[in-house]
Amino acid sequence: MMAEDNKLLNVSSNPHIRDRITTQKIMLYVIIALMPATAFGIWHFGAYTIAVILVTMISSVIFEYAYERIMKLPITVSDGSAALTGLLLALNMPPRIELWVCVLGAFVAIVLIKQLFGGLGQNFMNPALGARCFLLISFAGKMTNFAYDTFSGATPLAQLKNGEIVNTYNMVIGNEMGTIGEVSVIAIVIGACFLILMGIIDLRIPGTYILTFTLFLIIFGGHGANPYFLTGELAGGGLMLGAFFMATDYVSSPITTKGKIIFGIFLGILTGVFRIFASGAEGVSYAIIIGNLIVPLIERWAPLKCFGYVKPQKGGK
Amino acid sequence: MKPNTPLERLFNGIVKENPTLVIVLGMCPTLAVTTSAMNGIGMGLSTTVVLALSNLFISLLRKVIPDEIRIPSFIVIIASFVTIVDMLMEGFTPDLYASLGIYIPLIVVNCIIFGRAEAYAYKNGPVSSFFDGIGMGLGFTMSITVIGFIRELIGAGSIFGHPIGNLSEFTPSIFVMAPGAFMVLAVLITIRTAIINNIEAKRGVRLPVTHTDESGAECSACAFRSNCAGKFQSVEAAQKEANDK
Repeated sequence: MMAEDNKLLNVSSNPHIRDRITTQKIMLYVIIALMPATAFGIWHFGAYTIAVILVTMISSVIFEYAYERIMKLPITVSDGSAALTGLLLALNMPPRIELWVCVLGAFVAIVLIKQLFGGLGQNFMNPALGARCFLLISFAGKMTNFAYDTFSGATPLAQLKNGEIVNTYNMVIGNEMGTIGEVSVIAIVIGACFLILMGIIDLRIPGTYILTFTLFLIIFGGHGANPYFLTGELAGGGLMLGAFFMATDYVSSPITTKGKIIFGIFLGILTGVFRIFASGAEGVSYAIIIGNLIVPLIERWAPLKCFGYVKPQKGGK
Repeated sequence: MKPNTPLERLFNGIVKENPTLVIVLGMCPTLAVTTSAMNGIGMGLSTTVVLALSNLFISLLRKVIPDEIRIPSFIVIIASFVTIVDMLMEGFTPDLYASLGIYIPLIVVNCIIFGRAEAYAYKNGPVSSFFDGIGMGLGFTMSITVIGFIRELIGAGSIFGHPIGNLSEFTPSIFVMAPGAFMVLAVLITIRTAIINNIEAKRGVRLPVTHTDESGAECSACAFRSNCAGKFQSVEAAQKEANDK
């Protein structure tokens, strides 16, 4: 530093503005924000889910460390992104999943989707969701078996799709079948409020996502603006978890306001199409990873304005 | 090695210009039929036969075929051999024929065969063209057999159709579906490129992929690393080429 202090002008590449908030802090805040949903999942589904969550998180961190060690890269385990990916992946797992599936999922998320493309900041899709879809395609039976303790049967979303009656009150509270982290809307929204208050995420993506999805349901859902049907669809499945914690992932979502709004609208339409017209009852994961793939196109169309850029006037000289 | 000798043509097809892993031709059968190693061998060998014979005959007829209608002429020659192979396979290997299905008639439009006819057989003598076809065909066969072997093992837990214990309960079946084909192909291309780059670096043909320039900066800090892969001696050289473009 001494040599640089002697220079009058220190020329360096951007970014020049520094903030107190670091990657480490962001990851920590998101993990804290996920705690209500995690705690509810453990309380609701029993102690086995602790093992699922711990195994997924620890194996994610180990894979990140091992890959960076083997490839002689700087070790970035301490930034917490691998632990967060592990936690998000665990929250997307059914409550009684075998532990080796969790380890395989962590491998896919960290090595295949994140590190092979260059590590944190370079991954082209959300690692946790990519791994979940990998597992969903590979082990369709295991990944959609939501039976726990003495409860088994269809998820509320599947019941809703079949025209059966569901208890929307239970769905909002979280007293339903589903993956570990997605069941309680209240717990997820508490966490999301914390993130919004801390300024980590804003409402542009989740807001437009949920709004577009609701409008899509009213138009194409076949039930009109029936509040019972709408509440069931909004509270069921991974929509809330996906909208607040997955779609807002910094790396795989657009950076401009315009881009974020387009992204949210696209996700809403895609989720609606999957839920209403496709054979399965759930479509949030696929919608978000397909959305991640078109983010480069969105950003080309809605680029970041350069500082001081003035739009050239038409016809002016 | 002297160019255009039979041995050089075989080496060129299998290693240097492997049609699947280097010139990335014939992706349709590569991705679609490699769900098992047996499929890979069957597809590869039938393509090899067609490739060698069509190369030979196109080369023999190259002075007769007018330039303007060479593509239709190639199609007629290639389609004749494909029809022969198709009928022979239907008669002698009905199981393999059933599992390869539409991809046998589709050898007619396989870009490797067209590519070699256009790029090599139409311009070179019959002997080297024949061996070019054999080399390219064997390179194709080896690559897609390896892809099929890996996909079958990881995705379905069996080797050449023989299941290993109850491994299939633990294998991610995504590997015998379309995404698995892309993943395995990408990994194989990476491994092949890394090995060849290392060999060339040892021989001094090109620099090792991770190296430091005079000022001690490592590759990872260089803005031009994406299109370098050891080609340039320094950041300045890379920048110059980027500017020239």
